[in-house]
Amino acid sequence: MKRQLPLIIIFVCGIFMVFQYFIPHENSEFIYEFAALDWPPIIGVFALTLGIISLVRVSAAKISKRDEDWQYSIVTLIGLAMMIIAGLPWFGGQTSPAVKWQFDFIMRPIIATIFSLLSFFIASAAYRAFRARSVLASILLISAVIVMIRFMPLGPFTDIVSRTADWVLNVPNLAAKRAIIIGVGLGIISTALKVVLGVERSYLGRD
Amino acid sequence: MDWSTTIATTVAALLTLAVFSFLYKDNPFYKFAEHLMVGVSAGYWVIILWYTVVIPKMWQPLEAGKWYYIFPILLGILMWARLNRKWSWVSRYPLAFYIGVSTGVAIPLEMKAKIIEQLNGSVDLVTYMHSSQATGMGILNNVLILIGIMAALVYFFFSKAHTGATGGIAKFGIGVLMVGFGASFGFTVMARISLLIERLQFLLFEWLKWG
Repeated sequence: MKRQLPLIIIFVCGIFMVFQYFIPHENSEFIYEFAALDWPPIIGVFALTLGIISLVRVSAAKISKRDEDWQYSIVTLIGLAMMIIAGLPWFGGQTSPAVKWQFDFIMRPIIATIFSLLSFFIASAAYRAFRARSVLASILLISAVIVMIRFMPLGPFTDIVSRTADWVLNVPNLAAKRAIIIGVGLGIISTALKVVLGVERSYLGRD
Repeated sequence: MDWSTTIATTVAALLTLAVFSFLYKDNPFYKFAEHLMVGVSAGYWVIILWYTVVIPKMWQPLEAGKWYYIFPILLGILMWARLNRKWSWVSRYPLAFYIGVSTGVAIPLEMKAKIIEQLNGSVDLVTYMHSSQATGMGILNNVLILIGIMAALVYFFFSKAHTGATGGIAKFGIGVLMVGFGASFGFTVMARISLLIERLQFLLFEWLKWG
């Protein structure tokens, strides 16, 4: 009941959805739209509520116990409440000015700046990765540098650099990306088969 | 610029500076921005899912008499069993359904998108070589692409030891993969630097009104 039934559900649903893909009938399409497009987001909504409850619980516990940095948990809860209240139907829903304001002037600057911070850290990572100590590291370095200077004005070298970068992107890079995509595809399919056939069970947790 | 825009721009600028302060070291300003972002983002997802899933996929179908939508809702409610340690195993049922459907859908779709379409594209390279539009450089490039794909795939093939001829081909495959990784790294650096430039432009021109 605790472990066998979930495995049976996964097996039946998995095999059914694989066969459903090859059946060109309107009932098959209806099942795809209902079971694959509508059900998972609905279950996902309830999973999100779990996440929100967990976030509130952890933050509230941190505040009540006066744990280290507990003050910031208040900031988290205030941010959460501000956004949810702003999105209530009485304030205009998801397109309300308050939601747009918080998205434009709180979320967007923070997210964009966090990602832009990576340019500093990536520079130190690049130094470590690109020290041309072997042929492979040199290939990595040359390829990255060619792509990075592709759009730079380099006087008489602009055209040749641009054409070399295009060649790198369209020939060896294409071969590498295609091989990686095929490898990833095979990996996804084999993992999916392991899950459907019950070989991979780590998602069930313990007990 | 009116005062509301000034306040909004100042809030965004102060948050930007708070995040940049992490370059010095972890500090209260960065922690404030980080925690605020976690709360606001979680709230944003609540709003998005409410208006894109709860209302159109749960409330409206039930209102329209599509009673069978009660099943995914009941399955979703079972997810809440996680909140109770004794009954948390019940949440495996909706999870099993979610995983079963997702993996079942993924198998044929991934087979088509990631394997058949890619092989199709590779076969097109051979077709081009036999066409009347084929040029010497085009043929050479296509041959290089095909050799590169084969070599990189040989590197991914771990069922045979990478020794002898296989090892040589696999080594060439690593070289091809390194070109791909280098290009991806170059693109990532350029994207991050573009974001950094955009943030600096915001601080200098939108907030401080330079120039």
